Amino acid sequence: MASETTAGAIASPRDEIGFWGFSKPQLAALAVLIAFIAVAPYFLYPVFLMKLLCFALFACAFNLLIGYVGLLSFGHAAYFGMGGYIAGHTAKVWGLTPELAVLAGAAFACVQGWIFGWIAIRRQGIYFAMITLALAQMVYFFCLQAPFTGGEDGIQAIPRGSLFGVISLEPDMTMYWFVAAVFLAGFLFIHRIIHSPYGQVLKAIRENEPRATSLGYRTDDYKLVAFILSATISGVAGGVKSLVFGIATLTDVFWAMSGEAVLMTLVGGIGTVFGPVVGAAVIVTMQNYLAEMGAWVTVIQGVIFVIIVLAFRRGIVGEIANLLRVKL
Amino acid sequence: MTDLNRRGLLAASAAGAAFGALPVARARAQAANTIRIGVLNDMSGLYRDVNGPGSVVCARQAVVDSGVTARGINVEIVAGDHQNRPDVGVNIARQWIDRDGVDVILDVPTSSVALAINTVVREKNKVFLNSSAATSDLTGAQCSPNTVHWTYDTYMLAKSTGGAMVRAGGDTWFFITADYAFGHALERDTANFVRAAGGRVLGQVRTPFPGTTDFSSFLVQAQASRAKVIGMANAGGDTINTIKQAAEFGITRRGVKLAALLMFISDVHALGLQTAQGLVCTETFYWDLNDRTRAFTSRVVPNMPQGLRPGMAQAGCYSAVLHYLKTVADMGAAQAKADGAATVARMKAMPTEDDAFGAGTIRADGRRLTPAYLFEVKAPNESRGAWDYYKLLQTTPGEEAFRPIAEGGCALVRS
Repeated sequence: MASETTAGAIASPRDEIGFWGFSKPQLAALAVLIAFIAVAPYFLYPVFLMKLLCFALFACAFNLLIGYVGLLSFGHAAYFGMGGYIAGHTAKVWGLTPELAVLAGAAFACVQGWIFGWIAIRRQGIYFAMITLALAQMVYFFCLQAPFTGGEDGIQAIPRGSLFGVISLEPDMTMYWFVAAVFLAGFLFIHRIIHSPYGQVLKAIRENEPRATSLGYRTDDYKLVAFILSATISGVAGGVKSLVFGIATLTDVFWAMSGEAVLMTLVGGIGTVFGPVVGAAVIVTMQNYLAEMGAWVTVIQGVIFVIIVLAFRRGIVGEIANLLRVKL
Repeated sequence: MTDLNRRGLLAASAAGAAFGALPVARARAQAANTIRIGVLNDMSGLYRDVNGPGSVVCARQAVVDSGVTARGINVEIVAGDHQNRPDVGVNIARQWIDRDGVDVILDVPTSSVALAINTVVREKNKVFLNSSAATSDLTGAQCSPNTVHWTYDTYMLAKSTGGAMVRAGGDTWFFITADYAFGHALERDTANFVRAAGGRVLGQVRTPFPGTTDFSSFLVQAQASRAKVIGMANAGGDTINTIKQAAEFGITRRGVKLAALLMFISDVHALGLQTAQGLVCTETFYWDLNDRTRAFTSRVVPNMPQGLRPGMAQAGCYSAVLHYLKTVADMGAAQAKADGAATVARMKAMPTEDDAFGAGTIRADGRRLTPAYLFEVKAPNESRGAWDYYKLLQTTPGEEAFRPIAEGGCALVRS
């Protein structure tokens, strides 16, 4: 699947790597993205945009694994959800400031990713997906029973607190800039990983693992580090989301959330840097603005998924990139 | 598919995405005499028939019956589907309040969503009228001056089904309990009421949650205990599966009562009397209870989706909106819009009165008191027509049915 998505991308002079690993078209796309993030809150509802950015970061983290290492993890909700629970618990009960709460969530997701990744990367393909799913379901059942998560009521009334103990995040706009900063930092970090020498090795493993091994790379170590990075960034996204909404609930650790990450990445375009962002935007927008249509939300979501899979195998951004003959 | 077509589709989908991203244009001008009510519930999932579009129909009926339009107050009703996800629910509620000038959030099933909306509404000083959520925390540890919990809660279900059932002769119990916090709490509360009423609990079995579909071995254990009542401390699909399998074993036909602790008339309708007969459950509203409930039902049924009869959650939406609009007419729309907590305080000061529930009161902690009825589902040969499902076993008065105000731990009443 992964090799298919990149086979269409045609190398051209425009794909020369420039500033911070960005090619010129990518820089243009990044400028559009930053402009959108800067202008959007004045036109669209900030809380909706914050949710969108959290899911975009989550999908980007997931894409790091599926798009660049070729590992389909079906249990990313475990890191996203636990990041949210830990950030929520530390912010509410321990009284940590928001940035520390998010870091605590990320740290937990990192350790979790380390353990789960260490177990899962020993297998490939469907076995890898099933192991990650099984481990994530274990986390779900843990969250259902553990006292600190509040069971099916979740952790409620999590305070947004004050950034560094100084800037109150209660106003939606202040919170928005915090979320936007976290998202951009995460996004650029992922981009940097992909375009580093380490990222090149990851892509080599994706294309042909035995050959990478024969070239002397310890592929398991590379895969494990990628897994941990992806889990950690998912934890950040989950932690920020729980602060935005003031709640951390079972929805975020449920397997359907893992499915949503897959859906967002597929819709946007696997193996493209900007794809998951667009995919998250499409899915979250549908959930939000179609809410008034009731039962039709899931139907429309399904139809769009089928259209994407049948007609645009590369996803929205993948197709645009293919049309313009650039990498995005 | 040709390249041209693909491009066309791509352009169309891009246009669709762009269109979707545009804010839905709504009149933002807030006329001082326009009250906006947002019905936020499950339009597509598990609870669609329990609340869903039926709640919207009942809320509209309340607007008509209140007669506020004649007094110059406009009422607009919007509806949203929270998909049983707290983040979706909070997003809709915040957007409704911040952008669309919604004054009241109504209904909201699913405890996690309801508790989250409770926090948002309090922060924004609006009004939260909850009809469909079960958690008694809404009037306990997390009670709010902006919230009224209207129709039922877990404490009252346990008290009515546990206590009244013993009085009706079911004095030995066995529990089939879903193995998570909700199930444990329901079992513990019900068992306490059974013992308090002089009954005995002979045993219990925990079923893994979620994912248990085969309840046969648990039912056999329950049957072997020779208890007169099998209490189902579970909800939704678990309850339905337990009832179906109990019917296959013929448990209820041998005189054992099956007590559902969380059950709605739409579930009985879906199961059919053949399967559900002999089942015992508690509700606060039944369409065929008296002349007034029948009159209310005849008014809403023509508009109900798929010819459903209103259940207690939907009737609760009617009753809540009616009482709210009476209060608004009393204090003036502009004032009611400005201060949600003050509006709720006025609602608490007035007794409630409507066709669906008769007379009732709202306590300081936000709990509305209304009688709890213990029903038994009729056998097919006892039923005289469509939706003739229940016979009344016991009535528990509102003051006894709900948790005493001092035990809830609500901060509003401590002072």
